[in-house]
Amino acid sequence: MIHAVTEAAARRGARPGMRLTDARALDPNLLAEPAEPAGDAALLARLARWAGRWSPLVEVDGEDGLRLDVGGVAHLFGGEEALAADMVARFAALGLTARVAIAPTAAAAWALARFPSPRRGEGRVRGLALNEQAGTPSPRSALLSRPLPAGERDLLGLLSPLPVAALRLEARAAQILERLGLKTIGQLAQVPRKSLQRRFREADNPLEALDRALGLKPEPLTAAPAEAPPRALARLAEPATHAEAAAQALERLVPELARQLEARKLGARRLHLAGYRVDGSIAGTGVATAIPTREPKHLARLLADKAAALDPGFGFDAFALTASWCEPLGAAQESLVEQPDGDMEVAKLVDRLSVRLGPERVRRPAPVASHVPERASGWRPAVASLRGAEGDAAVQNGLDCFASLAMTGRPHHLLDRPEAIAVVYATPEGVPRRFVWRRLTHDIAKVEGPERIAPEWWRERSSARLRDYYRVEDEDGRRYWIFREGVIGDGRGGAPNWFMHGLFG
Amino acid sequence: MARGLSLVAGDGSRAAEKRAKPAALAEPSRLPQPSGPTLSEVFASHARDGGWAGFLLPQLAAGRPLLWVQDRMAIREAGRVHPAGLPDRRLIHVEARHARDALWAMEEGLRCAGIGAVIGELWGDPAALDFTATRRLAVAAERSGVPCWLVRQGGTANLSGARMRWRVASGPSLPHPFDPKAPGAPAWEAELFRVRGCAPGRWALAYEKGGFHLLAEPGGRALAQNGQRAASLGEPSPGWSVRAA
Repeated sequence: MIHAVTEAAARRGARPGMRLTDARALDPNLLAEPAEPAGDAALLARLARWAGRWSPLVEVDGEDGLRLDVGGVAHLFGGEEALAADMVARFAALGLTARVAIAPTAAAAWALARFPSPRRGEGRVRGLALNEQAGTPSPRSALLSRPLPAGERDLLGLLSPLPVAALRLEARAAQILERLGLKTIGQLAQVPRKSLQRRFREADNPLEALDRALGLKPEPLTAAPAEAPPRALARLAEPATHAEAAAQALERLVPELARQLEARKLGARRLHLAGYRVDGSIAGTGVATAIPTREPKHLARLLADKAAALDPGFGFDAFALTASWCEPLGAAQESLVEQPDGDMEVAKLVDRLSVRLGPERVRRPAPVASHVPERASGWRPAVASLRGAEGDAAVQNGLDCFASLAMTGRPHHLLDRPEAIAVVYATPEGVPRRFVWRRLTHDIAKVEGPERIAPEWWRERSSARLRDYYRVEDEDGRRYWIFREGVIGDGRGGAPNWFMHGLFG
Repeated sequence: MARGLSLVAGDGSRAAEKRAKPAALAEPSRLPQPSGPTLSEVFASHARDGGWAGFLLPQLAAGRPLLWVQDRMAIREAGRVHPAGLPDRRLIHVEARHARDALWAMEEGLRCAGIGAVIGELWGDPAALDFTATRRLAVAAERSGVPCWLVRQGGTANLSGARMRWRVASGPSLPHPFDPKAPGAPAWEAELFRVRGCAPGRWALAYEKGGFHLLAEPGGRALAQNGQRAASLGEPSPGWSVRAA
């Protein structure tokens, strides 16, 4: 039995539904591949997810079609024509021929894609028979008994030359209509409804199909669901009001979630624990991890504090633990001997610190290509940083290129905001002699500089002034990094100001 | 202990009389060191003196990331760690709201085998920092083999479980090899005032990078420099021992 044919085979007389021997009798050169309906269905499901690039609502339609709700998204692709062209082009890039039709109703799109009307001749199917349909089950389809608006009349005009089979009727109903001499949709639409209604059962009534095609009856689209994230659920027989309830539930939830993660070869990056209260409200909390993990002990430790802080209110009767963000994580054995992996341990430490103190308080330096010192360190939350060794390598690389720019003379402590100081100098352009910082006078014994750091004109306002940095040492041997902002006559303000910025060891 | 730390002048405050030759004192890199990784406490002489960091950083083993914990007041008063100024930039920085969080973060860090060292900067004398807290840190550090440095800014030396307690102040730097007006290699006055297993003492130290061996004799020249400086200042600062070579 032939399942599907290519365009070339169709020209030589092969048709789907034929027996292979009959087709071989017509042309012995036909090549046959065994059909694989399960594989086709899996591919179609994958394509449906991929088609999410055009619309969030995608549905697998039958064995060889996709249905997209493109209401309100066409303008993002430059109009409906451009959207259809984009779809054809992108499926062609995958080696698939798509027949695309955009119509106000899903049934009309189905008909137009499969039964090309004279106005909308589309490409042919090659390889996998695949039809891309686009339909909008618009709110208009709720109008049941009103006269047809102008759009629907156009739609009827477009559909009327198509055969009645385009209404997706059952084979028997289509046959009866053919015998009655109603060959096209246009002819069917002209028959009085009552006389037609009597002759068919409710299920295969062609009037139903016609109404769906014209938008007089709703045909909602059920989008293919995205794969649900790993989730463990614990129901309590009695509402629990004591504070340990969440901790006790975690003892069951965490191993269950870890099992699910392991089965799907995933590691959790974000976890969300929800406690469902009896009065219908939900208490929730979440934790993040620096590297994907599914180790029950570590996850339980991260969640323990957060779970204890959940307010039971009138009592919890269920808990759900969801891994809302997962990353692939293969089965790994750290090493044959019992030796903890350094990077892994550091990542776990980062998780624990971030959960307790907040992710914005536990940070790693991430190099930023900037000469302005406070910008160059570029702190980023350690949970969000690159993974251990890679991240360290990136930091090292980034900062090594600064080292080549004479970054050696940098202080180890930098004030968050440079503090204004009063400076005594011999000449305005010369080196400082004495400064007052936090109401104490420091006599400068040694000074080195200036190191001039120009403002980054592509980032800052045009009035930003350059900085002349000096390394100074006072009489006690304390070493500071001070700078003069601006020079006299740079046209960006009055006399230059002096600031304290860092401390040397 | 770091190879680059050279003793340019020294005076065991108790054992000064026993030592006959200053040359013996001027041996490089013979600071007293603990038998293993433990908790050391460093008192900065003043919040505006960053000298302790220069004294501490060369003593850290390279290779593994640092955990650097600062409480909020320490950041406000003495500044935030600047990675570009550190010899090894792999660090995790923790900004703790108060001393209790900072101590907890330090203890968590000490339990982690992947951390090279834990440095905690605390401001003042927080109530959370009592003998029990420091004792916990010391035990955690010794158990896991991760050295821990507790830096006290503007604090008093109350009861503590630290194995070594230092007081570090900046000293006038060594002369710059090319520019007499510029600050040279940093120098400190470090006082070890409480220690277990060896004698406390007071040292004047300088650190020079491996490539810059300008001190032909680590002791002699620096002592001469100190002598000059002492003469120029009129009198040596207390504890800064100057000995004629």
